[in-house]
Amino acid sequence: MIEFHLDNHSGVAPYLQIVQQVKQALRLGLLEVGDQLPTVREVVAQITINPNTVMKAYRELEREGQIESRPGQGTFVQRTLASTSLSSLAAQRRSLVRWLHSAYEAGLDNESVLALFLSTFQDTQKEHEEETA
Amino acid sequence: MSNALETNKLSKRYGRTWALQDCTLNLPARRVAALVGPNGAGKTTLLHLAVGLLEPTEGEVQVFGCSPLRQPTEALPRLGFVAQDTPLYKGFTVAEMLTLGRKLNPSFDDAMALARMQKLGIPLERRTGKLSGGQQAQVALVLALAKRPDLLLLDEPLSSLDPLARREFLRTLMDAVAESGLTVLLSSHIIGDLERVGDYLIILSASHVQLAGDIQEIAKTHKRLIGPRQDEAAVASVHTVIEASHTERQTTLLVRAHGPLFDPSWEVQEVSMEDIVLAYLSQQAGDRWPMPPSVREQNGREVFK
Repeated sequence: MIEFHLDNHSGVAPYLQIVQQVKQALRLGLLEVGDQLPTVREVVAQITINPNTVMKAYRELEREGQIESRPGQGTFVQRTLASTSLSSLAAQRRSLVRWLHSAYEAGLDNESVLALFLSTFQDTQKEHEEETA
Repeated sequence: MSNALETNKLSKRYGRTWALQDCTLNLPARRVAALVGPNGAGKTTLLHLAVGLLEPTEGEVQVFGCSPLRQPTEALPRLGFVAQDTPLYKGFTVAEMLTLGRKLNPSFDDAMALARMQKLGIPLERRTGKLSGGQQAQVALVLALAKRPDLLLLDEPLSSLDPLARREFLRTLMDAVAESGLTVLLSSHIIGDLERVGDYLIILSASHVQLAGDIQEIAKTHKRLIGPRQDEAAVASVHTVIEASHTERQTTLLVRAHGPLFDPSWEVQEVSMEDIVLAYLSQQAGDRWPMPPSVREQNGREVFK
């Protein structure tokens, strides 16, 4: 079972935050096909949110085919988003951790690390898109 | 969808002062609506008119299609109301308050009230005056919920609570909404939690409704525009300019957009709900905007990306 969290100041609509967190869990393999999502009331109790918002998020995920609601039983994962296997994710994560340590050793602070990562990420993404276009 | 609350040109005057003027709004059923506005904006007056504690000077108010004043036997059983400052008999124990609720309300759900008190850890034999502020607010809320209303009106329930008690109060309220699908209208001047628990927003200031609609729709249609110093007339001819400020070189506008924003000289930014509310509230009493087009259905046309 996954737990949601809600950021009041993120500027992202609450229902979208839930949609994104489910997708993130699917991508990382934390949720697998057949897993049950928390009920609307459980989510409400967990993060104090309007139940209509939770239902809207679940409806959206259902429309996209990620989850399926079975009346009287609950809401279940129908399809995962994990494109790569967990082991390859773990390897990528290890090399990212190595890079982070080396960045700290080189004297970068958290903000510089984030800024460097984001700008490199955006540049590389652009290059990648141009190559594949 | 049917409306839980409808007002039409609703107005209330005390002597020469209009506490509420020309208030026309619809609150669709099953919504959780936040009613925000500064002190003295008319929030309490609107709520008191809705429950029939006040008689309108002009206009009308209906609860599920019935007048709370002229058809009380139809309207009142469907209404729950928690007035400002946690109205409890402070000398009564919690158990005695429950007995009172049961005797006064034929539909009183005793089992639900007891279960909620137990879950909240509120001792039944304690006098309500001896409970903490947060617990008193919870008791008043549970009593109102136990009546099993279809529309629950809460007047400033959060103002005297600390952040933790506020969150716990809202948790009880949201759990009740999830359980029974009741409609809620909650007045508040605390904006922080609104987007979390509300899906409908009504902004009241200077006795007038300034804005009413679906919160997501409001978030989507309000934008901040930043550009080189210029007159806002061109923007104002298409969109509604809520707030404009100018420096020597720069102009910043907060607008309600009525369509796509094409002009590339403006940088378009998202605006937080707090900033939107404050922009409306900081206006002078005389300024008013035309009411927005009626709220579109959730699957309706997207105004812009």
